[in-house]
Amino acid sequence: MRMMTSDEDLADAAAAGDGAAFASLLDRHYDRLFAFCFRLTGSRTEAEDLTQDICAALPAKLASYGRRAKVTTWLYRVAVNAAHDRRRKRATYAKATTGWGDWEVNRTAAMADTTDKLDWLTAAMNALSDDLRDTLALVLDDMTHAQAAEVLQVPEGTVSWRISEAKKALRAMKEQEDIV
Amino acid sequence: MTDDLNDLKAMMDAATPRPDLARRAENIALAQKNFADLQGSAQAARPTAVTGPKGLWTGVKTMLSTITTKGGLTATTALVACGFLIMTPQGQDLLRPPSSPQITVTEFNRAIVPPEAVSGSATVAAPREDTFASQPQDIATAPAVDLTPNLNTADRSRVTAKSLPQVTADADILQQQAAEIAEGMTQGQAMAATTMQTSRVAPTLNDEQAMPRLAPERVVVAPPPQADDAMVSPAPSTESFANIAASPLKITAEEPVSTFSIDVDTASYALVRSSLSRGELPPREAVRIEEMINYFPYDYPTPDAGEAPFRPTVTTFQTPWNANTQLVHIALQGRSPEMTARPPLNLVFLIDTSGSMDDPAKLPLLKQSFRLMLDQLRPQDQVAIVEYAGSAGQVLAPTNASERTTILQALQSLGAGGATNGQGGLEQAYAVADTMAEAGEVSRIILATDGDFNVGIDNPDALKDFIADRRETGTYLSVLGFGRGNLDDATMQALAQNGNGTAAYIDTLSEAQKVLVDQLSGALFPIAGDVKVQVEFNPAQIAEYRLIGYETRGLRREEFNNDAVDAGELGAGHAVTAIYEVTPVGSPAQLSDPLRYAPSTVAETSDELGFLKLRYKAPGEDVSQLLKTPITGNGAPGTEANFAAAIAGFGQLLRGDDHLGDWGYADAITLAAANRGEDTFGYRTEAVQLMRLAESLSRAE
Repeated sequence: MRMMTSDEDLADAAAAGDGAAFASLLDRHYDRLFAFCFRLTGSRTEAEDLTQDICAALPAKLASYGRRAKVTTWLYRVAVNAAHDRRRKRATYAKATTGWGDWEVNRTAAMADTTDKLDWLTAAMNALSDDLRDTLALVLDDMTHAQAAEVLQVPEGTVSWRISEAKKALRAMKEQEDIV
Repeated sequence: MTDDLNDLKAMMDAATPRPDLARRAENIALAQKNFADLQGSAQAARPTAVTGPKGLWTGVKTMLSTITTKGGLTATTALVACGFLIMTPQGQDLLRPPSSPQITVTEFNRAIVPPEAVSGSATVAAPREDTFASQPQDIATAPAVDLTPNLNTADRSRVTAKSLPQVTADADILQQQAAEIAEGMTQGQAMAATTMQTSRVAPTLNDEQAMPRLAPERVVVAPPPQADDAMVSPAPSTESFANIAASPLKITAEEPVSTFSIDVDTASYALVRSSLSRGELPPREAVRIEEMINYFPYDYPTPDAGEAPFRPTVTTFQTPWNANTQLVHIALQGRSPEMTARPPLNLVFLIDTSGSMDDPAKLPLLKQSFRLMLDQLRPQDQVAIVEYAGSAGQVLAPTNASERTTILQALQSLGAGGATNGQGGLEQAYAVADTMAEAGEVSRIILATDGDFNVGIDNPDALKDFIADRRETGTYLSVLGFGRGNLDDATMQALAQNGNGTAAYIDTLSEAQKVLVDQLSGALFPIAGDVKVQVEFNPAQIAEYRLIGYETRGLRREEFNNDAVDAGELGAGHAVTAIYEVTPVGSPAQLSDPLRYAPSTVAETSDELGFLKLRYKAPGEDVSQLLKTPITGNGAPGTEANFAAAIAGFGQLLRGDDHLGDWGYADAITLAAANRGEDTFGYRTEAVQLMRLAESLSRAE
C-alpha cells in the first residue's frame, strides 16, 4: 500500500516527540498557513509576524491537538486565536517595521497592478469587525460554513449569518465608493 | 461585484503574496527550536514508521533544527539569499525581489487555470524555488527573463490542449526551462528531462491536499534519490489491514463449488464509518464487505423449536446493479436463547495500557464501554481484569459482578504507559480464565487494544497458533479495537478468528452500546461453532458466479467435511448474510466465452440453480452436523435482502470493484433508504448517511 502519511498521523507522532514528523507537518502547511494569516491581517508584514508567532507557539500547542479534529481545522483555530492575541497586543505598543518587513513593503508597493485592488480589499476587510473578518477569511480559504464553524467553535448558523453580514457590509462599501 | 464571494475570493487569491522564503526558513527553524526545547532533552528524534527512512530533505530539516544559534540562522538566511542572487540575470536590479522570475510564471498560471486551483499555485511555487536554489548552475546559464515569452506561449497551448491539472502544468514549465537550457535537445530528450524534474518536484506536490492520489504515481515514474523524502516514504501508514483482492469471478463449468466460513465480525464497518466521519474515504484494504453486511441486525425468519440452532433462508432476485444477473442471498438466523436461563459467565478483560492507549478515543472510551457492559451482567457472573503494557499484571482478581464498586475502581485505576506486550498479557489472561472455569460456565477473554502488539510475538501467524492451542480449553477470545493511527486490523482478525470470537471496532460510545449491550448475548454466547457454507452451482443454469466479500474466509472444497478445520462461530441471535452474484446461462452479462473444444452442453439435469450445504457443531461438540437445501429460481426480495444488497453495493463502491457498471452511490442510497425497515436502533439510517458522506468525498477526490 502506497499512501501519504496523513496529517493526523504526523501530528500524533509530533506530539509524541518526533521532530522529523513535526518538521514535515510544518513544511506541508506553512504556505497555506501564511496565506490564511494574510487574509486575517490584510498585510504582508503583519502576516509574516503572525506566522512567526504561531510557529513559535506551535510546539507547545501540539499537546492540545489530540486528534479531535483534522489538523487543518486545529491549525486554523490556533491561527485565529493567535490573531486575536496579536490584535490585543497591538493596542499596547506601536509596531516598528524593520529589516525584511520594509523590504517587503517596498516590494509589494512595486506590484502596481494589484496594489489598487489590494488596498481596497485590505481597507474593506479592515473595516469589518474582527469576528466577521475571521469568518470571511476562513470561507475565502475554501472552507465550508460547517468547517469554519468548527474552527471558530460557533454554530454553523452563526457563520452563515456572519458571511451574509460581511457581504452586506462589503456591498455597501463598494456602492459608497462607486457613488463617490 | 461584492455580492458574489467568488469574485472576492479570486481577488483575494490574486492579492495573497507568497511567503518570504527567508522568513519561512526562519520561522520553521524557530518552531523546531521550540519543539526541541519542549522535549526536555537533547535526544535526537527517534525514527518511527510514521516518518519513514531519512532522505536528503529530512537531513536538511534535522540540520535546521539543530543549528539554532544566531550564527546558524544568519548562515542559512545568507545561503538562501545567495541562491536567489545567482538566479537573477547578471546586471539585473539587485534590489529586485529574488523570486520575480517565478511570479511571471505564476501569473500566467492564474490566467489559464480555474480559480479553485490558484490557491495551490502559491503553495507549489515557493518550494519550487528551493529546487532552483539548490541547482543554481543549471539556471544561471539561461536568463529567466529571456525564457518567459517562450514559456507563456508554449505552455498555454500545451495546457489548454491537454487540459492538464495545475501540478502538471508546473512540471511542464520546469520541463520547458530544462529544455531551453539544453538548446537543440530533441523532444524525446526533453521528455526525459520532464521525468527528472517532475520527480524532484514530487515531494512538494505531495503537499497538495487536493490531489494526494496523484503524487505517489509521479514518484513511481522515476524515483531519484532526492525524492526519498519523509513525506513520500513508500509505506508510511502504521495501520495494517487484513484483506486480499476481491473474490474473483468463477466459471461454474470449471469450478462449481464455493466454500467459505461465516464471519460475524463487524470491525470493518466501524472502521469505514470512522474514516468517513474523519472526512476521508477508507483505505480499500479496510473494506470487508461481509463485515459491513453483517454489521446490521436483520429480521430473518427464526428457527422453530427443536430445529437446528439457526435457520437458513435463500432468496434469489434481480441484481440491483446489473439487469442480466441475479443475486443469491443466503441468510442464517441464529436462535435467541432465554437470557434468564443462560449459564454463568466468566469474563477476563485483557486491557492494553500501553502508551499509545492514552487518547480520548482509546482508554477512556474503553472504560466507559466496559462500564456499560457491567450493567448487563448478573450477580453470579465473574469478572477479572488483566492489564498488559511492558509487563502483564492482574489488576482485579476474579470478582463477582455484584461487587460493582470494586470492579469500577479497578477499571478507573488503569492508566496508559509503556510498551505493549500482547502475548505476555494473553498468557496471563488464559491462566486467570482457567482458574475461573467451572463446569457449565462460559469463559471468555475480551481483549481491548489499539492493535499495538509491539513486544514479544508480533507475527500474526505465531500469535494465532498460540490462541488456536488455547481455544481447545474452552475459553474463547473476542477482540475489541479502539482508536485509529496504529490499528493492527490483521492481528485483530487473526486473534478473533482463531480464538472462536468476534472482532469489533469501537469508535464511539454508541458503538460500544451496540456491541457490548444490545448484542451482548450474541457476542458472548455461541450457539453454533465452526459454521461452514458450501454452495454447488448447477452449470446448466448458472454460467458464472461471484461471492461478494468473504475474501479472508475462503475454505478449500475438501475442508467443508473436515471437522478439524476451524471456521466462524454463530452467536445467540446473530444473523449472517452471504450474497452471490450469479450469471444465468445465456445471459448477455456473461463475461467468459464458452470453450470451443470442451463439451458444449451440460445435461439439463435440474432447474435448481444450485445446492446449499451448511455444517456446524453444537457448542462443545467435535462432530459437525449437516443442513442442506436446494437453491431455486426467481423470488422477490424482501426489505432485509434489499438492504443487504444495498450495503453489498456500497462496500463494492468503496473498494472500487469493477462489477457495478454505472450503478453508483446515488443508487445505493435510494435502495438502502427505501429498505430501512423498522430500524429500532437507527443503524440503517446511519448507513444511509455514511453513503451520502462517501458520495460527497468520492466527488471531491
